Amino acid sequence: MKPRRRWLSNLITTLLLVLLLVAWVLLPWYGVLAVAIAAVVWLLATRSGRLALAAARIGVASLPQRWGASSVIVIGIAGVVGVLVAMLAMGEGFAHTLNQTGSNDSAIILRGGSQAETNSVITRDQLPLLSALPGIARDAEGHPELSAELSQVVNLPSRADGTDANAQIRGVSDAAWKIRPGLRIVQGRRFDTGKRELVVGDGAQQQFRGLELGKVLRLANQEWTVVGVFHSGDAHDSELWADADTLSNAYDRQALQSVTVKLDGKNGLAQLKAALAADPRLKLDVLGTRDYYAKQSEGLTKVINILGKVIGTIMAIGAVFGALNSMYAAVAGRAREIGTLRAIGFRGGPVVAAVLLETMLLALLGGLLGAFLAWLVFNGHTVSTLGANFSQVVFQFRVSPQLLWTGLKWALAIGLVGGLFPALKAARLPVTEALRSV
Amino acid sequence: MKYLPLIWGSLFRSKTRTLLTMLSVVTAFLLFGMLDSVRVAFNSGGNVTGANRMVVASRLSITQMLPYSLDSQIRQVPGVKASAFAAWFGGIYRDPKNFFPNFSVSDNYLDLYPEYVLSAAERKAFAAERSGAVVGAALATRNHWKVGDVIPLQATIFPKKDGSNAWPLKLSGIFHVRDSKRQGEENQLVFHWSYFDESNQFVNGRVGWYIVEMAPGARADGVAKAIDALSANSDHETKTQTEQAFQQSFAKQIGDIGLIVTAIMAAVFFTLLLLTGNTMAQAVRERIPELAVLKTVGFRNRTVLWLVLAESMLLVMLSGLIGLGLAAVLMPGVSAASNGLVQLPTVLPETWGIGLLLMVVIGLVVGLLPALRGMRLNIVDALAGR
Repeated sequence: MKPRRRWLSNLITTLLLVLLLVAWVLLPWYGVLAVAIAAVVWLLATRSGRLALAAARIGVASLPQRWGASSVIVIGIAGVVGVLVAMLAMGEGFAHTLNQTGSNDSAIILRGGSQAETNSVITRDQLPLLSALPGIARDAEGHPELSAELSQVVNLPSRADGTDANAQIRGVSDAAWKIRPGLRIVQGRRFDTGKRELVVGDGAQQQFRGLELGKVLRLANQEWTVVGVFHSGDAHDSELWADADTLSNAYDRQALQSVTVKLDGKNGLAQLKAALAADPRLKLDVLGTRDYYAKQSEGLTKVINILGKVIGTIMAIGAVFGALNSMYAAVAGRAREIGTLRAIGFRGGPVVAAVLLETMLLALLGGLLGAFLAWLVFNGHTVSTLGANFSQVVFQFRVSPQLLWTGLKWALAIGLVGGLFPALKAARLPVTEALRSV
Repeated sequence: MKYLPLIWGSLFRSKTRTLLTMLSVVTAFLLFGMLDSVRVAFNSGGNVTGANRMVVASRLSITQMLPYSLDSQIRQVPGVKASAFAAWFGGIYRDPKNFFPNFSVSDNYLDLYPEYVLSAAERKAFAAERSGAVVGAALATRNHWKVGDVIPLQATIFPKKDGSNAWPLKLSGIFHVRDSKRQGEENQLVFHWSYFDESNQFVNGRVGWYIVEMAPGARADGVAKAIDALSANSDHETKTQTEQAFQQSFAKQIGDIGLIVTAIMAAVFFTLLLLTGNTMAQAVRERIPELAVLKTVGFRNRTVLWLVLAESMLLVMLSGLIGLGLAAVLMPGVSAASNGLVQLPTVLPETWGIGLLLMVVIGLVVGLLPALRGMRLNIVDALAGR
């Protein structure tokens, strides 16, 4: 082939490859399955497929001889997949923690226009008005199931190095335990109303020093005793709970910050919303608690996702060069073999497929290795960050099957790009020259 | 130096291989340049020579406000040259997603921040306008604000006395920050505390934090202790720390960026070692007869060792420098393209330093084994192809 024509065909191949990669990224799992089945059928059922398989077997058999170059592909791709999966697992873990928080049958009421509890103010004279609204569930005696709450950010020494970090104390009413049934005491007991007692989430306990059962904390120049530890498996795990009235006395705060209510049936939220809108004395917003917490994770999760993918892409480009390098070397090293295959009648197609198969196999291996390492090291790894309420939210990395799947898809894509050009080169080797090469 | 053409020639003996390896190294150092600069900038907030400022905030929590009356007391403390204060406002412009820091400040606040470059005329205009505001250049560009515009800031915490959340502010000036590490600070808005204090519904005579400039030669911990003693045992105890310590403790709470960057870069460089190591091993293996010829014509063993080592160093250094250079070009580009939404520093001197060190180490490690192999070649065997 003349240089210009080869150049042109390479350009077209590159363009096709880009299109293919975009399609690949968008492909859902059943699409991938269909492609895989089609490939297997082609390999086993058609003549050219069987030839490709035979040629690939020779290549794979000689892999151990080239272990250095092959491990470059495997480890390079493992690195990309490992970093990508770990980054995405961090975002996923944060989103998961906040999405778990709240329930479909409870709602949070905040001052109109405030985005988070920290910004919200609800005055005490609004409370009786709120209690009478429709849409709020009532207990056996007819009292509304409603918890007027206040959140206070305090400095506590972090467990890692003892420097101050922000912790959130939530002051709650008695009904709070009923409204959040997922929360259970794992150690000690609940606090007594009116006493300066705290129960702490197990996430907070891991994050801050001095929150063990029975320890005494100085908050607002008063002594508070830790009497219990709770576990909820969501964002509340990062909080400390106390009696709302005692807490507001200690910090000299007249107003409350939010009201969380249990909803009465399916259309409770709609009823409550309508009732709030109808009362001009209450300039308040109401949100399902699940929505409220899910919204808090959106921003950070998006940032982590974009960051993870950008870093992953840059690393993938590096890995593609590594794979290209190794496969070009492999093709050059086996020029004679490939020439022989061509001489005894193997067409270009099977030769291309054989080199591609070999690269994809190595890529798959790298992908599996990277995903496994990410899972081994990071799954369940606990970290924390500043959440929407200006306080630490503890969460765990979550390496979900979905992410492992994403990682494998990336690995195969890198293998495809890294293998295609060397494969084309192998198919284009002039037979006579290839046979003469040493 | 006289061997340079020889090293250069052997480096590009196999063009495709060298080029592909170089591109891998370039991407690795590009990533390193970007990530490490972000790490350095993230962890070094407010660290400027000459500005010896301290932050006085509530000991109880960052959200607790302090009384305005502390201002005159703090000024009396020996070692304090000037004191200013600010209060978090937390307003939003159009969309809550469009977040930027905004707070009200005392009239002399900008005097304590000489690194915020603001023209004298704009400074004067700000002082004269009751509802005036000053914003950083990046924020102004992002939102297409010009001096004279009215910015309809929406309160989320502090409604006005009439209950409305609208706080229209008149843009009086736009400041620039020279230090690339601190470009992120161009993303803020400040307005008058006096206006905030008299117009908001909830708080009166309260400020968020004080900024204290120390007199030259004053000792930070002594001054900090003296300031904290003012409010000891009151309901508004303070915690005074240097601006750098304050910002670092804040950065640390967002997350351990340093650890994340280190982990990613460890994965990248491990792969890189393997990749370039493989390339060098291949290159030397192919060239064994040539190296034997070199030895035959009188090159010493040691010289051959250095030739191979120099080649691998050249490979890594050349592409590493291209990568870091690319990062230096790319990062301001990203900042500009995102319209100020993302503020990346350029590649910082610290990063260049660590990068160069890494290049040398990687070059040496990668070249060592092939170089030793070249050195130990037995001429007769090598020439015979055994």
